[in-house]
Amino acid sequence: MARDSEEDPKAAKRQRKRKQKENKTRTVHANILYDHAKGEENPNRHYANNKIKTTKYTVLSFLPKNLFEQFHRFANVYFVFIALLNFVPVVNAFQPELALAPVVFILSVTAIKDLWEDYRRHRSDNEINHMDCLVYCRVERRYVEKFWKEVRVGDFIRLRCNEILPADVLLLSSSDPDRLCHIETATLDGETNLKQRQVVRSFLDLDCDFDPLKYNGIIECEKPNNDLNRFRGYIVHRSGRRDALYKENLLLRGCTIRNTEDAVGIIIYAGHETKAMLNNNGPRYKRSKLERQMNVDVFWCVIILLVMCLFTAVGHGLWMFQYGDKRPVFDVLSPEGTDLSPVMSAIYLFLTMIIVFQVLIPISLFVSIEIVKICQVFFIHQDLDLYDEETDSNLQCRALNITEDLGQMQYIFSDKTGTLTENKMVFRRCTVAGVEYSHDANAKRLAMYQEMDSEEEECPSRGGTLPRRDSVGSHQSAKVVLRSQSTKSHRRTGSRAEAKRASILSKHTAFSSPMEKDITPDPQLLDKVNECGSQMDFMRFHSQPMSQLPSDLADVLDFFVALTICNTVVVSSPNQPRQKQQLLQPGHQPLLHPRLLSVLSSPSAESTLTKLDEEQNLQQAFSPVPPQYDGRPLSAAEGELRYEAESPDEAALVYAARAYKCSLVRMRFELKSPVKTIEDFIKRFTPSRLTSGSNSSSSSSLVTNRSFTRGCSSVLSSPSAESTLTKLDEEQNLQQAFSPVPPQYDGRPLSAVEGELRYEAESPDEAALVYAARAYKCSLVGRLPDQVTVELPHLGKLSFELLHTLGFDSTRKRMSVVVRHPLTDQITVYTKGADSAIMELIRPPDTGNSKGKRHKKILSRTQHFLNLYAADGLRTLCIAKKVLSKEQYACWLQRHLEAETAIQGREELLFESALRLETNLQLLGATGIEDRLQDGVPETIASLRQAGLQIWVLTGDKQETAVNIAYACKLLDPEEEILTLNADSQEACAVLLEESLHYIQAKFLCSSSEHTTTKSYHSNVSPFGIYTPPPPPSSCPPAPPAVHQLGLVIDGRTLAYALDRSLEDKFLAVAQSCRSVLCCRSTPLQKSMVVKLVRNKLKVMTLAIGDGANDVSMIQVADVGVGISGQEGMQAVMASDFALPRFRYLQKLLLVHGHWCYSRLANMILYFFYKNAMFVALIFWYQFYCGFSGSSMIDQWYLIFFNLMFSAFPQLITGTLDKDVSAETLQQLPQLYTNGQNSEEYKPYMFWMNMIDAFYQSLVCFFIPYFAYADSDVDLFTWGTPITSLALFTILVHLGIETKTWTRMNWLCISFSVSLFFTVALCYNAYCPTCFSPSNPYWSMQRLLQDPLFYLLCVITPAAALLPRYFYRACQGTLFPSPVQVGRQLDKLPAETRRNILSLSGVKMGLPLGPKPHFLSLGKTSFKGCNKKQQQQQQQRRGLQTDSDKELPSADKDTLPYTKDAAPPASKDCLDQTLDASSWITSTPLLSPSDGVQFPPDGDSFCVKYSRGSEDRLKSDQSS
Amino acid sequence: MMASSYNAKEEDGNHPGAANHAGAGIVKSKKPDNTAFKQQRLPAWQPILTAGTVLPAFFVIGLIFIPIGIGLYVTSNNIKEFEIDYTGANIEDPCYNCAKNFSWNSTAQCFCTVPFTLVQPFESNVFMYYGLSNFYQNHRRYVKSRDDSQLNGDRSALMSPSKECEPYRTSEGTPIAPCGAIANSLFNDTLQLYHIDSNGTFNEIPLVKKGIAWWTDKHVKFRNPGGNNNLTVAFQGTSKPVNWREPVFKLDPEDPENNGFINEDFIVWMRTAALPTFRKLYRIIQKKSSSTPTLPSGKYVLNITYNYPVLSFDGRKRMILSTISWMGGKNPFLGIAYITVGSICFFLGVVLLIIHHKYDTRNNSADIPN
Repeated sequence: MARDSEEDPKAAKRQRKRKQKENKTRTVHANILYDHAKGEENPNRHYANNKIKTTKYTVLSFLPKNLFEQFHRFANVYFVFIALLNFVPVVNAFQPELALAPVVFILSVTAIKDLWEDYRRHRSDNEINHMDCLVYCRVERRYVEKFWKEVRVGDFIRLRCNEILPADVLLLSSSDPDRLCHIETATLDGETNLKQRQVVRSFLDLDCDFDPLKYNGIIECEKPNNDLNRFRGYIVHRSGRRDALYKENLLLRGCTIRNTEDAVGIIIYAGHETKAMLNNNGPRYKRSKLERQMNVDVFWCVIILLVMCLFTAVGHGLWMFQYGDKRPVFDVLSPEGTDLSPVMSAIYLFLTMIIVFQVLIPISLFVSIEIVKICQVFFIHQDLDLYDEETDSNLQCRALNITEDLGQMQYIFSDKTGTLTENKMVFRRCTVAGVEYSHDANAKRLAMYQEMDSEEEECPSRGGTLPRRDSVGSHQSAKVVLRSQSTKSHRRTGSRAEAKRASILSKHTAFSSPMEKDITPDPQLLDKVNECGSQMDFMRFHSQPMSQLPSDLADVLDFFVALTICNTVVVSSPNQPRQKQQLLQPGHQPLLHPRLLSVLSSPSAESTLTKLDEEQNLQQAFSPVPPQYDGRPLSAAEGELRYEAESPDEAALVYAARAYKCSLVRMRFELKSPVKTIEDFIKRFTPSRLTSGSNSSSSSSLVTNRSFTRGCSSVLSSPSAESTLTKLDEEQNLQQAFSPVPPQYDGRPLSAVEGELRYEAESPDEAALVYAARAYKCSLVGRLPDQVTVELPHLGKLSFELLHTLGFDSTRKRMSVVVRHPLTDQITVYTKGADSAIMELIRPPDTGNSKGKRHKKILSRTQHFLNLYAADGLRTLCIAKKVLSKEQYACWLQRHLEAETAIQGREELLFESALRLETNLQLLGATGIEDRLQDGVPETIASLRQAGLQIWVLTGDKQETAVNIAYACKLLDPEEEILTLNADSQEACAVLLEESLHYIQAKFLCSSSEHTTTKSYHSNVSPFGIYTPPPPPSSCPPAPPAVHQLGLVIDGRTLAYALDRSLEDKFLAVAQSCRSVLCCRSTPLQKSMVVKLVRNKLKVMTLAIGDGANDVSMIQVADVGVGISGQEGMQAVMASDFALPRFRYLQKLLLVHGHWCYSRLANMILYFFYKNAMFVALIFWYQFYCGFSGSSMIDQWYLIFFNLMFSAFPQLITGTLDKDVSAETLQQLPQLYTNGQNSEEYKPYMFWMNMIDAFYQSLVCFFIPYFAYADSDVDLFTWGTPITSLALFTILVHLGIETKTWTRMNWLCISFSVSLFFTVALCYNAYCPTCFSPSNPYWSMQRLLQDPLFYLLCVITPAAALLPRYFYRACQGTLFPSPVQVGRQLDKLPAETRRNILSLSGVKMGLPLGPKPHFLSLGKTSFKGCNKKQQQQQQQRRGLQTDSDKELPSADKDTLPYTKDAAPPASKDCLDQTLDASSWITSTPLLSPSDGVQFPPDGDSFCVKYSRGSEDRLKSDQSS
Repeated sequence: MMASSYNAKEEDGNHPGAANHAGAGIVKSKKPDNTAFKQQRLPAWQPILTAGTVLPAFFVIGLIFIPIGIGLYVTSNNIKEFEIDYTGANIEDPCYNCAKNFSWNSTAQCFCTVPFTLVQPFESNVFMYYGLSNFYQNHRRYVKSRDDSQLNGDRSALMSPSKECEPYRTSEGTPIAPCGAIANSLFNDTLQLYHIDSNGTFNEIPLVKKGIAWWTDKHVKFRNPGGNNNLTVAFQGTSKPVNWREPVFKLDPEDPENNGFINEDFIVWMRTAALPTFRKLYRIIQKKSSSTPTLPSGKYVLNITYNYPVLSFDGRKRMILSTISWMGGKNPFLGIAYITVGSICFFLGVVLLIIHHKYDTRNNSADIPN
């Protein structure tokens, strides 16, 4: 026996091991089943424990591992190779140990950096590992505190509210009555809304606390993976029952428990196997454009190096050869005493020269660049202007090594929603049943907010800002105060921004600024709602069927019900932060209340109880779940009931509840409808179906299916809906009679209740709609997975039984809820979605009867209003409903459940299922939601555009909305023409693009003459101001076909065609010649495709900016991805290289920091190349005088440390701190940005220029000392040391010429460099007379310093060496000043003068795209006089400008085929003449005949609209 | 998508489990400090290089350099220098025979006499150099071929010289002292200078051999092994360099203090020249009295003990007599360089002035006074 038991575990172990290898699953047993958690028998011991170690190294492994990693870098290998080469005696050039120094230095700098980072990681790991959590201990039979790192897979863990999950936990129990656990996943995905997680089904019905000792399941689940949205597995109970596990059951590490007092779970994945950790991938590494360019030049350096070495080697061979056999005394034999042939020694010398010239390849360049970039990132982080006070966030640089790319952007691709706009959705207006409610008061209110905002920005008064909210006219101030009291961190004395920030941070509810919350209702609609409510009330009182309600009123009611419930908004209360409304709270209490009453209102309490009894029996018959599992702790129920127990009747219920130990939840189920429909059964078996999300994984056990099929037949045989209705009516009747509730609720001050409710929505639209509905007193008061409670005027609280939620997805563009309407008891589908999506699904009105006519009318009117809304730039949503008959529902349900339970392709099946349901809808109405522009967006766009950046907006919004937002943010100009491309097919798209190209070319040809005239005209007129130069020199790389005043609007479908390989070139050609491009209705994939296309085809630098998950792909594709850390979660930020709090910060980030980073780094890299080349060339020249023997007059120490120490610091300081132009000027003159776009600081030729300059300078530095010491008794190192010093001086002064800003740091650093060199030299030369072989520079420096010749050399050599550069810079500054220099000159002017000039130039320069200010010309008179003169001239110019305005259109008329005045036929003629256009190109002045939408707002702008519609549209166009 | 880009580490320490840090974050604002350094507003000087601003610099440089150059040129011209090539490459040269017949191996000494005439008297101390041309003392392997420890009197290094000395490290098993190619190729011509009186008598001019090496070399860097007492003992067990006639402790038969490694001629030779054409200080002719010139004008004879072959590598040997100034020997280059650079600067200054006047008028916004 004993043996058996001994062998058994072993065998089992082996088996398990094998199983583990074979199966792709993980089996988790509860640890408490095994004596020692770490014992041999524990089946979980193979799984990783919860100790995390993100460090790369240990003390022992650091050195080898770090070195190994560093040697992945090619440069390091190269330098090590060189250092090792030095150990070969034949070729060695330096003392071998010394030659190792640079490599060791570089490696150790990197190693220290790595070590420090690793140490930080270690510390944070340690901190996390030592966090506490409650783990069940078998011995003590209770939960004991343990460190996180001690937690193991299989442990039971108890989680309390606001605790962070230490590992991935399977939820087994929750204190929540619905067995839910709310978690916040902000640290995982940044989404601040709460997510619901559900207890594993088998533990769902547990009525008392979960007892780990009774747990006996074995969990089989997936191997650890990094998919946050997937978890599959099942739990096997001892009884053999299997229950499926879904991601709804899994709580992920890093999430925070919210709203749930207590939860217990078992750990499934721990430590590094948790999903959060598996998702933890390192920082992004991108290579910047500048670095790519630099690498090319490094390559060139290698070539130069090889050429120099080869040259020297050949020279040495020849030198040897000339002596022939007569070996001179100075030509030493090889150590072996053998004679070397010239060829062999040339080969050896080649290698030696590589060592000697190694400095040419800048070993320290890579390290220096890294240091400079880190400093740049630091400064960007520290910029006050990029700090957003409201959210207390500043810019985050997530990619550390592409800062300079910011200065080279050419295309910006922007998302619209949340990026340009605030993503604060404000309900603006709506239309219900074809009647528009304009909500004028609401509009006024919004306008007031805007004013207030601007006011407060102007005079930021501290303290007294909160009361000002009173002026809004709502009860806002009271609420704000209330909220502020409830939140600890709020400081009342703070500024508005601080208060806002505090409230944002403490509330965690993202979408609820007062602006969004307080909707002023439209009086007309409010009346209707009230009327509707009272009628309903009345009808209910008189037990009339609800269907008799006038259809318009019914629609109004349905509309608001849909607004309220068709969403995933979670209600919470601010008093208990993040605590869901508990049943104990008055807000929730009526949920049960009417029902209880209705039960009690049945003839006798006894009968109810018996009924209940019966039901329970019935339930037990169907359900294998033991009754004792039911429900929640009795005490809670008691408490609640006691609260209610005002009438004696209720005592009976308490009694009943006690007697049956029945949960209130359960009662709710039981008592809800007297008819036992199939749904009830199903509900009992498939609770998870009730959770949100169409794609949510749900129950799939066979039992359910079987029970369903059984049930399905019973549905058909169940009493008809009619009877249900009457029964319900009865109940309500009675309820009315007994209950005085509704009036009581009405009487209660609405605000008090509402003010405490807070809505947490996944998208701001939803919140806006819910708040809007609340303004009409239709407020959402509670949401449970299976029930939504709504408070309606006059009707009180109604609970909608939530049967399904088909969540939103971007393909369907809509979401639906399936509810049982409590008033009609019908199964109703409410759908909310994009108008295009909904309108297609509307049941075609049956024109036969009046109802159908009405519907048709509603349809057309709603469409009309939708277009109007869109034209106003509002986001439109349509609301529709559908009533399902029981049979329909049952049929749909069957297939839906099949879909839900499908193992394979569940998502697709669910999608299809949703499509099946959402048909034949009945339109209720539509809403218009305003998405306000962020502050400063138009200005930012304007200045970015001035900076020569092409801005494309890629949005998923509909065309009209997008166009109007584009107008609002000045992306499109009313002045400019708009090409609209809408095509239905590939061919149509091809033709459209072709025609647009022709059109553009024609226009370009026509306008080119006019263009030039304006240009000359410009330069003639303004003698004062910044000139627009002659067209930018050919330097701007792929000179884009001059960008016109054209806007391109393209919709998603056309875009899809246009992105086809065959058309992309044409599309790009068209897009390139347009000033702005707007892509509407584009999918995330299209967004990224557009970016990729532009980036790859045009070879331009692209920046993508966005805030949402739909922008992630675009952000990742672009050269620089910018995320807006806004309200739509953190996904965009996670994917981005830079995260900004607001769009407007992009201006400073690009124009200032981008420019600086680029110019600094570019200059530094160029300088680096110069410096090394110059230094190495000195030795090269010397080879001519030492028989090409590889000898160097510069001491090996100087040679090796010159780059690393003596000349290293000044360039770092300059690379970090140099400012060519001040931040103010850079922002005021965005044109300066073109500097970086065209890579003007670092062009390929500049490398060669610098090389030539370096060789010249080294020639000077070599030959001046050469001639000065020619034929003297100077020795090698006494001659070499001055040369080193001269080189140092020259290099530093060179840097001085290139430095634009001299701060204290620069002075300090340069003097430090010089003194460091001399100090080191003096110490080194005095230290040891015999060390440092082969050079023995003993006392040379000391003697040199006594030699006047040295000083004389020090003066003349740098002067002579830098003369050309200095002269060139001066001439350049005068003759061809770069725009940057103009900016610098502007900097020098006093602030006021500068402002005047800039305001002038702004007028001038804003006009054409990307003009370069060439000359800043000012009169010679003193500036006091100038001011007046300036004004005069300004006036003069204004006059001229208006003249020009008058003139220009007339010029247009002559030349352009389309003019604003010309009627379409005329333009068609013109087009026919010029383009031979086919007939379906229509030129419509923006009036689409079908719906009469006008856009842009001012109709007088000229605009071309190409549309290739369907054939009938075409015909109608022709006929009209 | 949500999963793909999750990155816990780089989020300011926002670890997937450590979100409670956010609690502290609320209190501590992330607002950056408003300091001049962090906001990149350090007070700074921002020069703009234009013709106008650079102009003065050019003139100033020109004005300073030209006088300096003239001064240097004059100084250099005042230095008297006389040079005579005694290599004997041509048949008419007095040393032709010596040069032709001589090799390192020959034992017999060869003498030759070169007469010359000084046109001008040399006033102050005269430095006598020997100059070699085409002699690559800076050859990489040559420069390395020495052992500084041995030269510093280190006994162990004396007996086992550094490997750098190969192939002049040992001779038939015994270590060479001083080892290495530099020492081996020591210049060993002896030069004697005679002044021919008006009456034809040869007056030997006293040549001082002390103080021709650097003080630090003589006293710090070069030391004889085991003190200076008995060099023969000290150098026992070593052999002389291959090309030498005498061992190192017999370099100077006249002055026993000048023997061994601290022989000044040796020290001077060991300081390898920077360029293939170089001179090395041989002797100093000290001024005797203020009244008579050190070397009066007239006829002189240079007596050479010709030991050093240079013709094999196309070398040249010279004897140079030179006075010296504060800036060293005669070298007009620096003066010319200063004058040239100064003139160029001046010229460029004028060019800039023209440019400034022609083009800069529109561009003087920077000059606008407040």
